[in-house]
Amino acid sequence: MAFKRNPQKFPGATKTVVIGTGDRAVTLGGENVMPLYSFDAPIENRPKVGVEISDSGYDKNVPGIAAYYAGAETIADIAKKAAAMPGADFIAISLEGADPNGENKSVDECVELCKAVGEAVDLPIVVLGCKNHDKDAKLFEKISDALQGKNILVMSASEENYKTVSASAGLAYSQKIGAESAVDINLAKQLNVLISQMGVAADNVVMNVGSAAAGYGFEYVASTMDRVKAAALAQNDNMLQNPIVTPVSDDAWSVKESIVSEADFPEWGPTEKRGVAMEITTAAACLASGSNAVILRHPESVAAIAKFIGELM
Amino acid sequence: MALKGLDIFKLTPKTNCKECGNPTCMAFAMKVAQGSVPIEKCPHLSAEALATLSEATAPPMKSIKIGAGEAEHTLGGETVLYRHDKTFVSRNLFAVSVCASCFDEKLPEIEKIDYERIGEREYVELINCVYNGDKAAYVELVKKAAATGRTLVLECQCPDAARAALEVCAAGKPVLNGATPENYEEMSKLATEFGVVLGVTAGDIDALYDTVAAIEKLGNKNLVVDVGVGSVKDAFATAVQVRRAALKDQDRTFGYPSIVNVGKLAAGDENMQTALASLFTMKYGSIVVMENMSYAQALALYGLRQNIYTDPQKPMKVEPGIYPLNGGDENSVCVTTVDFALTYFVVSGELERSGVPMNLLISDAGGYSVLTAWAAGKLSAGSIEKFFKQFDIEGKIKNRTLVIPGKVAVLKGEIEERLPGWKIVVAPNEAVGLVKFFKELNA
Repeated sequence: MAFKRNPQKFPGATKTVVIGTGDRAVTLGGENVMPLYSFDAPIENRPKVGVEISDSGYDKNVPGIAAYYAGAETIADIAKKAAAMPGADFIAISLEGADPNGENKSVDECVELCKAVGEAVDLPIVVLGCKNHDKDAKLFEKISDALQGKNILVMSASEENYKTVSASAGLAYSQKIGAESAVDINLAKQLNVLISQMGVAADNVVMNVGSAAAGYGFEYVASTMDRVKAAALAQNDNMLQNPIVTPVSDDAWSVKESIVSEADFPEWGPTEKRGVAMEITTAAACLASGSNAVILRHPESVAAIAKFIGELM
Repeated sequence: MALKGLDIFKLTPKTNCKECGNPTCMAFAMKVAQGSVPIEKCPHLSAEALATLSEATAPPMKSIKIGAGEAEHTLGGETVLYRHDKTFVSRNLFAVSVCASCFDEKLPEIEKIDYERIGEREYVELINCVYNGDKAAYVELVKKAAATGRTLVLECQCPDAARAALEVCAAGKPVLNGATPENYEEMSKLATEFGVVLGVTAGDIDALYDTVAAIEKLGNKNLVVDVGVGSVKDAFATAVQVRRAALKDQDRTFGYPSIVNVGKLAAGDENMQTALASLFTMKYGSIVVMENMSYAQALALYGLRQNIYTDPQKPMKVEPGIYPLNGGDENSVCVTTVDFALTYFVVSGELERSGVPMNLLISDAGGYSVLTAWAAGKLSAGSIEKFFKQFDIEGKIKNRTLVIPGKVAVLKGEIEERLPGWKIVVAPNEAVGLVKFFKELNA
């Protein structure tokens, strides 16, 4: 008696969202199988990998990153190198320096940086805010205006600022927006409903349902995504069918394992190796749980995860 | 097929004797059907009824025990495909491959990884001994590996060498990973003779299924399924389909734990092995075999595993106590928060970043987050006072400043009353504000 294959068939599928333009545009989502189950049915749009760059330049303390970007003086140089990284599907620029509690870079300064990136690369551009909701709303509005026609993705609209972000980036400038919620399926759905009520079409919205580094509450991330995908596919819940984009790098590179020095923890070995392992482990786990794209920082992580996705398709 | 309560009721004596602890046989039958009471609780079932029922109420995926004594581990026994449906029960194990020529070089690296994380020992639980054609060398390798006290996996498809290896290590209950469609009869006989678990592999999932069925026919149901090393895609497809067939489609032929050799799937590529080990930790690998395990890989992978195998109904807790940070001593400021693991990690991470020496005091708050613990009465001025007495904080620490979480600022007055002589300071609401807060507090 042979093994009876029983592929899971679902009434629903995730929606597709296109970011960027021209040959290098990227389509996220569209699958109607559980994450990476390409043996159940073909996954037309493989999960994508974004390379994170920052308004504050590249991290000179991580040798692999410093070596990769060596010689890049301006944000445009950095963006070009990031775009040339093997495995890169899109560029994600983090505007951490705009945080009012940090450097508090002006909106105009950030707009100029994003414009420079837009002129330097033909890959799709994702703009990661500074995590201050008010400032993000202002940043996203001006950047969306300045990069009209580039079909960028701004991340993220949250419960606090979705109205402004939807109205400006989503409606006035026809860019794509990310809906960010904190590891809870109900919050994720609620925000999608609210954004759709603002009049933003579903194929202009991706989700970031929350993230964490491996070992730091990742069970909530995994279970939230498991449940979102089950609702999207099995229950055909059209308010949870947006593709998921997960910024992995920020969490992965800020936990203890990735930052404490080898001098303080000699048995742990080189710091960089720990950061890379943390970034890869977290990214692979996110993809296994349902991320349609992950955002990474280290060239080694980008290469490994791109290869990982390729071999599973 | 799972039986309904009524079907089980028909097989009970229907005497309502209460010896099982339930008021009626009907109530008992309902509980058995839910899986909350084992069928053996009824002392009056006929042997025949018991056999029918144990077969029907047996879990869809077997629990397989490997190793002996302190190195004993349980694999499988899962009942759900997604942890939010109930919980995963048997965390996956990691193995590192060794061969006759590389054992001495690899052993120190394997033994170096041994630490505790939230109450769990994290180490390389298994050693995968690879047979490379030289029987005498293999026996020597197995002897040396067995001497480490870790449970072994014997990657060996040659019955002759396997017998020689088992003769020196069977007491440690290794896994004999070597049955194929060609040799399964002989290998199964060996595994049964030595009382060890047999690993089964085949070229594709159909041959694998047939081979497992054939071995079961021989009466051997002490198995693990090796998902193969043909390609990453096939290995993942097999791992998922094996588990899904068992748990969703009730196909017990595949109701066994799995073994995945990511070391072979991505030979020489450490980063790819990390990615695959993460994937198979998430989705249905029971034993994950790697070429090596670096400390960097261990920190990330064991953290992930601990998260995924947490029971969603039981929060992860850290042990109550005094945790000195940044070289804190008896003169350093005290900071308190709850024992919920996630809170602990986030808070201690930020506190460490502040660089300020301090004592983090973790009291027993039932494993809840700050606000939940406060609402449930598990974090109160009284609980903090009790903790101070229990751990003799005043005797151990000379500093008299205590920082409390911003979310329970309301407790300040009452804590001041209960801990006379202490200066109570309220921290910010969110952990992200701690670095700034402590730098200013210290200034």
